[in-house]
Amino acid sequence: MSEQSTSEHSTSEHSKSPLPTYFAVWVSLLIGTALTYYAAKLDLGPFNAAVALIIATTKALLVVLFFMHLRHAHEKLLKLVVISTIFFLLILLALSMADFATRLKT
Amino acid sequence: MPDSSIAVHGDAPNPALLHHFATEEQQRDSSTLGMWIFLATEVMFFGGLFCAYLIYRLKYFGDFGAASKSIDAALGGTNTAVLICSSLTVVLAIWAAQTARRGLLIVMLILTMLFGCVFLGIKAKEYKDKFDEHHVPGPSFSFDHEEIPGHPGEYANPVHAEIFFALYFVMTGLHALHMIIGLGLFTWLLWGAWKGRFTPEYHTPLEIGGLYWHFVDIIWIYLFPLLYLIDRH
Repeated sequence: MSEQSTSEHSTSEHSKSPLPTYFAVWVSLLIGTALTYYAAKLDLGPFNAAVALIIATTKALLVVLFFMHLRHAHEKLLKLVVISTIFFLLILLALSMADFATRLKT
Repeated sequence: MPDSSIAVHGDAPNPALLHHFATEEQQRDSSTLGMWIFLATEVMFFGGLFCAYLIYRLKYFGDFGAASKSIDAALGGTNTAVLICSSLTVVLAIWAAQTARRGLLIVMLILTMLFGCVFLGIKAKEYKDKFDEHHVPGPSFSFDHEEIPGHPGEYANPVHAEIFFALYFVMTGLHALHMIIGLGLFTWLLWGAWKGRFTPEYHTPLEIGGLYWHFVDIIWIYLFPLLYLIDRH
């Protein structure tokens, strides 16, 4: 138990520097923000909301995978937590929408 | 285990390893998993508000468009960029801790907090504008003769616009509260970094704090287009 080596996992995990990835993600997030802002000024009819949500979800994915290090997570439980979070959120939204959409308009 | 009564091994190579964990990796993974489960509850917490927003937006789309147009989208966009920059400084802070750069770690933590304060400052300016325009739900609320975008001559129903502003204030207010809690958290992390508590082997509080900060960033990534950019063309 006291034979634990301290340098074992901290250095071997990522041999190359993660900095280029971090800066690339940062630039993509800024570009995404500019895209949302200008896409909202175009008249795309009902697709405006879809475009905004697709860009927002892409940005959220970039943050989760690279900044929150989910991509390199070796713990499978972690991925289970994230997937079930999305699943429960979708249950909340989908079932509420099912109720809303099937009501008689008064 | 002769010294099982104390939490930290006196003779172990890394004193940060608590006695009920087998390895540092297991200790770190447990903390991270706990944080992700907390974030799952936070997603559901905000999820209820997003659901309420979605229903009323579908029901009163025109009124929501008119109300959304009265908010300064340039300020909201700037705030999005500010938060994205703060997320970058958070990952750089963790990288600094992983590579034993104490000076850089402190600079990055201070920068993160500065970006956080800039965000709250811009938010305060936005709230002040809304108070000046009487767009705050309550007795002095007024939203008369505001045209619905794309429908010249048609005016938004103030009662429905008030629902939008109620959602706007609750959602951005709850988000701002999370930012304030985050600033408190980062003050504590900065104190730890100043004391030299974080090493390449042990910097779990930085990672946990970072997860929280990125989560708050993600909430804003959704709030910005949903509240500020409903019907801008």
